Amino acid sequence: MALTAALKAEFDELCKKYPERRAGLIPALHRCQEELGGWISPETITDCAEYFKLEPVEVYSVASFYPMFFLSPVGQHVVSVCRNISCDLRGAGEIINAAKEHTGAACGESSEDGHFYLEQVECQGACTNAPMMVVDGKYHEDLEPADVARILGETR
Amino acid sequence: MTSHETYLLNRAKLADSHTLEVARADGAYGALRKVFETSMSPEDVVEEVKKSGLRGRGGAGFPTGLKWSFMPNHESDSRTRYMAVNADESEPGTCKDRVLLREDPHCLIEGCLIAAFAMRLDAVYVYVRGEYRLPYDRMQAALDEARAAGILGDNILGSGFSCEIHMHKGAGAYICGEETGLMESLEGKRGHPRPKPPFPASFGLWGQPTTVNNVESIFNVPFILDRGADWFRTLGTESSPGNFLCGISGHVERPGVYEVPLGISARAIVEDLAGGIWKGRSLKAWFPGGSSTGVLPADMLDTPMDHDSVKAAGSMFGTGAMIILDETASVVRSALVLARFYEHESCGQCSQCREGTEWLEQIVDRMLSGQGKAGDVQLLTDLSNGMTPGKTICALSDAAAIPMLAAIKHFRSEFEACIPTTAEALV
Ligand SMILES: Cc1cc2nc3c(=O)[nH]c(=O)nc-3n(C[C@H](O)[C@H](O)[C@H](O)COP(=O)(O)O)c2cc1C
Ligand code: SF4
Ligand code: FES
Repeated sequence: MALTAALKAEFDELCKKYPERRAGLIPALHRCQEELGGWISPETITDCAEYFKLEPVEVYSVASFYPMFFLSPVGQHVVSVCRNISCDLRGAGEIINAAKEHTGAACGESSEDGHFYLEQVECQGACTNAPMMVVDGKYHEDLEPADVARILGETR
Repeated sequence: MTSHETYLLNRAKLADSHTLEVARADGAYGALRKVFETSMSPEDVVEEVKKSGLRGRGGAGFPTGLKWSFMPNHESDSRTRYMAVNADESEPGTCKDRVLLREDPHCLIEGCLIAAFAMRLDAVYVYVRGEYRLPYDRMQAALDEARAAGILGDNILGSGFSCEIHMHKGAGAYICGEETGLMESLEGKRGHPRPKPPFPASFGLWGQPTTVNNVESIFNVPFILDRGADWFRTLGTESSPGNFLCGISGHVERPGVYEVPLGISARAIVEDLAGGIWKGRSLKAWFPGGSSTGVLPADMLDTPMDHDSVKAAGSMFGTGAMIILDETASVVRSALVLARFYEHESCGQCSQCREGTEWLEQIVDRMLSGQGKAGDVQLLTDLSNGMTPGKTICALSDAAAIPMLAAIKHFRSEFEACIPTTAEALV
C-alpha cells in the first residue's frame, strides 16, 4: 500500500465536499503525484482504486486522460515550456532551445542524471506575459532566453 | 488616450486586495448585504441580472440572467441545485480569470453567493485549471476567511440563507472548459462532453439542476446588484452592456489585461492601451477573442469589440482575448500551432473532430515543411467544412475548423505560397 495514513485522512476530508466519493479522484491523484514520487505508479492506481471503490482500469483511464499526470517516472524537477500561439509569437522557440541546452534533455524526456524532466505544453493562461515556462508548478513569465539558465540553475 | 469608467479591476489595484480586510474596506459584500436587507426575492435578483443585459464572458456570450431563469422551479423540483464556476481558462490567448481569482477572490465569492441566492443553490463548485496554483490558493484562503467571518456556510450574514462554495482542481485538459466536459471531470471522470439535450439546468452535476458560468460573468454580478441594472447599461453597447477584460497578447508593445467597455474599437485597444505594434512594425492579422475565433486582417481593426459587431465582421467576440500578429508573422505557422493544439485537446468521441483535427495538423505541417501538394488548400477547406457547424457533440470541432477557414479566407495566398510549383516539385 503506497497510500499513507496521512493521505487517506486527507482524502476522507476532501471527499466530504462532494455527494459522491469519486469526485475526489482527480484532486487525490494530484496529491499522490506530489507525495509519492512525482508520478502515478501502478501501485498508486491500485491503491486509489481500492480507496475510491473503483476498478484499477477506471482510475487508469482517468489518470491517462489528463496531461498533468505522469504515468511513468520523470526527472526530479519538471520544466514545462508553453508552445502555444501567444508564446510562439514572442519567442517560445528560443526558450525551449535554451531549456534543452541547459537540461540536456529532449522534449518529453528526463535528463540523464534524472535532475530535470522537460516538456512542451499548451497554453498555460499567462499569454499576456509570454513567453513563459513552469518549473515545479511555479510560473516564470516575460522570459528572455538568458533567464532560463538562471531559473533552472536555482534548482541545483 | 481612452478614458472610461472602470469597476472590475479597481480593487485589484489596492495592496493586498485579495484579503478580506482590504476587500471589505473597499465595499466587498455590500451588494450581498443589500440583497438581504432590501428583502429582494430570488426572482427579483434574477430579474435584475436579466435587465442588466449581462452576457457570459466564457466565450459564447449567452445572457446570464436568462440562463439562470432556466433552472427548474424549486417548488415542483426538489432536487439538489448546483452552480459550477468555470475557471478552467485554457483558451489560447486568454488569461483574464486568473487575474480576478488572484487579485480579488472576495468579489467572486460575493458573486457566487448572490447567484446561489438567486437560483436557490445548495452548493457552488469553482473548477480551476490545475496549473493555476496561486489563484487556487488565493481563492481557498479567501473562502476560509469568509467562513470565519460568517459570510459562508450556514446562515450567511444572519440572513437565514445558507450555501457552500467548494474549490476543485482540474488537471490540464482544455476540453474540461466545455461546460459538460467540466461536469464529467468534476465527477471524477474523463472530461468527455455530454450530448445536449439534456441541458445542465435539467441534468447537470450528478444529474441535478446545474448552471455553469464563467468567472468574469459571476464577477460582474455584485456590481449589478450594488449599482443597478440601469447603471450597468450606461457602459458598453445596447446589446452587449458592461465592461470586459481584454487580454491582449502577441506582437504589441504592452501586452496585458485591460478593462474596457464593450463596443470599444479594437484599434483603441491595440494603439492606445497596448502601445501599438511592437518594434515599430505594422499589423498583419488579429484574433478578436482567443484562438477559436476567426483571424481578421489589419484593415478590419476598426471593428468595435462587442458580440454583434465582431460577428458582423465575420468572426466571434469569444473570450475578448486579442492575439496580435505583426507583418513578419506567418499566418500559416499560427494555423499549425493551433491545429496541433486542437488535435492534442480533442477528446476523441466524434470522428469528425478526432480525425479532422489530426488531418488539419498533418496537412499544414507538410505545407510548412515544403511538402505541400497541389490541392492542399482546397483539402483544408473541405475538411474544415466537414467539421462544422454543429456536427459534433461539442464545439471544439468548430473551434478548430472556424479559424482555419478564416485564415484561408483572408490569407489564401500565404497558404498557396507554401505549395511548391510543379517545376520546383520536380527538382
Ligand atoms: C472546447 C471548449 C472550451 C471551453 N473552455 C472554457 C473555459 O476555459 N472557460 C469558460 O468559462 N468557458 C469555456 N467554454 C465555454 C463553456 O462551455 C460555457 O459556455 C461557459 O463556461 C458558460 O459561461 P458563461 O455563460 O458565463 O460565459 C469552452 C467551450 C468549449 C466548446
Ligand atoms: S467535438 Fe471533439 S472534443 Fe468535442 S466531444 Fe466531439 S471529439 Fe470530443
Ligand atoms: S500561449 Fe503561452 S501561456 Fe497562453
